Amino acid sequence: MGEPSAAEPEAVPDPRPDARGVGDSVIHTRALTKRYRGGQLAVDGLDLTVPTGSVFGFLGPNGSGKTTTIRMLMGLIEPTSGSARVLGRPMPRSARAVLPHVGALIEGPALYGFLSGRDNLLRYDAADPTADPRTRHTRVAAALDRVGLAAAAGKKAKAYSLGMKQRLGLAAALLQPRELLVLDEPTNGLDPQGMREIRALIRELASDGTTVFLSSHLLDEIEQVCSHAAVMAQGRLITQGPVADLAAGTRGRLVVTTPDPADAARVLKEQGAADVVIADDRVSAEPPQDRDLADVNSALVTAGVRVRGFGVERASLEDAFVALTGEGFDVAG
Amino acid sequence: MSRAEAVRTPRVLWTFGFLRNELWTTFRRWRTLALLGVLAAVPILVGIAVKIETGDGSGPGGGGGGPAFISQITNNGLFLVFTALAATLPFFLPMAIGVIAGDAIAGEANAGTLRYLLVAPAGRTRLLLTKYATVLSFCLVATLVVAVSALAVGALLFPLGDLTTISGTRISFAEGLGRALLIALAVAASLVGMAALGLFVSTLTHSGIAAMATTVGLLITVQILDQIPQLHAIQPYFFSHHWLSFADLMRDPVYWDDLVKNLGLQALYAAVFGSAAWARFTTKDVAS
Repeated sequence: MGEPSAAEPEAVPDPRPDARGVGDSVIHTRALTKRYRGGQLAVDGLDLTVPTGSVFGFLGPNGSGKTTTIRMLMGLIEPTSGSARVLGRPMPRSARAVLPHVGALIEGPALYGFLSGRDNLLRYDAADPTADPRTRHTRVAAALDRVGLAAAAGKKAKAYSLGMKQRLGLAAALLQPRELLVLDEPTNGLDPQGMREIRALIRELASDGTTVFLSSHLLDEIEQVCSHAAVMAQGRLITQGPVADLAAGTRGRLVVTTPDPADAARVLKEQGAADVVIADDRVSAEPPQDRDLADVNSALVTAGVRVRGFGVERASLEDAFVALTGEGFDVAG
Repeated sequence: MSRAEAVRTPRVLWTFGFLRNELWTTFRRWRTLALLGVLAAVPILVGIAVKIETGDGSGPGGGGGGPAFISQITNNGLFLVFTALAATLPFFLPMAIGVIAGDAIAGEANAGTLRYLLVAPAGRTRLLLTKYATVLSFCLVATLVVAVSALAVGALLFPLGDLTTISGTRISFAEGLGRALLIALAVAASLVGMAALGLFVSTLTHSGIAAMATTVGLLITVQILDQIPQLHAIQPYFFSHHWLSFADLMRDPVYWDDLVKNLGLQALYAAVFGSAAWARFTTKDVAS
C-alpha cells in the first residue's frame, strides 16, 4: 500500500472501489450511525480513521457510544447507516475474512465458568476456522504465558478473580499473531501492578507492528500508551489526532508564585500575558505569544516582584478533554 | 505490511474442530450429565416397580394409553426397552432436548461468550449448524441412554429370549434386539422437530432459562392440545402427534405409514424452524 496517508482527506468519498485501507488506516468509518430500536441514537455520523501501526486511544465517558462503535467494527451489530472498513474490507460483510486477523476484548471478558482457563482458550481457538489445530495447544500455552496465567491455566474459570478473567480475555485476543487488537477497557479490574504489566504488553505488541485500538475512560492510561486518540461524547466524535497535538491544543499556563501577587499581575499584563488570575500567592496567566519566558521572568524581577516559583504547567489530556467536551468526565445522561 | 502474505484460509477439516469442541463441551457439563442420569433412572424405576408389582403374585395392571408393552416385561426383559422409551418419549426426553436446545444460543448470549465466538470468528451459519448438530447428537445419546439402561435392567431383573410381536408372531431374541435398536433410532428421529423448535426459540432471547422454559412450555401446550378432540383437524401437524408410531416397528410385518408420516413431519419442522432460526440469527444484533 504505497499511498501516503496525508493525501487522504477525511469524509471525502473514496472513488476507488477496492480501496484497501484508506491511505494507511486499519479502521476507517464514514458517517457511521447506529440508532437502536428504541430510537436512541447511540453513534451519530462517526468519521473515524485509525492509522496503521498506531496505538489509538478511544476516549469518552460511559454511554458515549464507544462500545456500540466497537461492536459495529467487529460485525456484531449492523450499522443503521454509514460504512465501516476494517483492514481495508467492509464490515460486517467481510467479517469472516477480517476477524481472524483481529484480536478483541469487548466489554470485559466472557468465559465458560465450568471450563478451565486453558479449555476456554482451546474452545475460542477451535471456533476460528483458520486456526491450525496442530499448533493449537502450543499457541494456547504461549498466550497463557504471555498474560501471566500459565500457573492458573488448569483452574476452572469461575474460580478466577476479575483480574485473572481480564487476563484470560486478553490471552484469547493473542491466540494468533494479529494485525489489529481491539481492547475495550483492558485494565478494568486489575491491580496497579497488573495495569503496568498490561500496558507494557500493549507497548510490546505495538512495537511488533500490531495496531492497537484501545478504549478507556482512564485519561492517564491513554496518555501513557497511546500515540493517537479520539474523543467521543454523546455519540459524536469530538476530535481525533496524535495525542501530542490534542494536548497541545490546550496550551499550558504560566504560573508565578510570589508574595506580591498584585504587582506580579500588573507586570505580567504589561508583558502581554492574557487571562491573568490571582489566587492567594499564585498568579497564573496565558503565556504571551511573542516573548521568551526568560524575558518575562527578568521583567518581574526588574520590577521588584519577589518570585518564589516560575514555570509553565503542562496541559494534560484531561484539560484538553474538559476543554473539548465542556462538561468534564461525567456519565452522559 | 503483513496483511497480504498472512491471509489464512479456512480448511474444511479444521472447521469440524469446532463441532468436536462443542460436543465435548456439551457432554462434559454437569447439567447434561444430570439430564442423562435422570433419563437412565426411568427404566430402573419402571423395572423395579414391575418386579415388585408381580412379586406378590398379581399380574401387572394395564398401563394407561401407551402401547401395551408393560404387561410383557415379566416374560421378556427386552420389553422394558420399549416400555421405557414409551414412558420417556412424551415428556422426559423432549424436556431434556428442550433444555439443551433452548440453551444453545441463548445460554451463550447470556454468558457473553457468544460475542467472542462470533469475533473468533465462528461464523453465524457455522455456529448455528454446529449447535443444531450437537442438539441432534444429544437426541440420539439421550435415547440410547434410556434404551441401554432399560436393556441392562431388563436383563438383570427378567428373563430374556424369543419374543412375541404385537401382531402375535414370534421373533428371535437377536431380531428383537435389532427391532429395539430401530425403535431407539425412530424415537431419536421423533425429537428432530422439537430440537429445531428449541434452537429457534433460543435465537429469540438473551436468557437461556427463558428459552428453556418457553421450549418446554410449548411442548406441554402441544401435548395438552393433542388430547382435545375438537382440535383433531390441526392435530396431525403437532410435532408430537405421531410420536408413538414407533410401536409399529413391533408389528410383523412392520406397519410403515405412521412412521413415515412422523419422519416427514419432523423434517418439515426442522426445515421451517431451522430456516427461521437461521434468518433470525444471521441478522441479529449481538449486544450482550
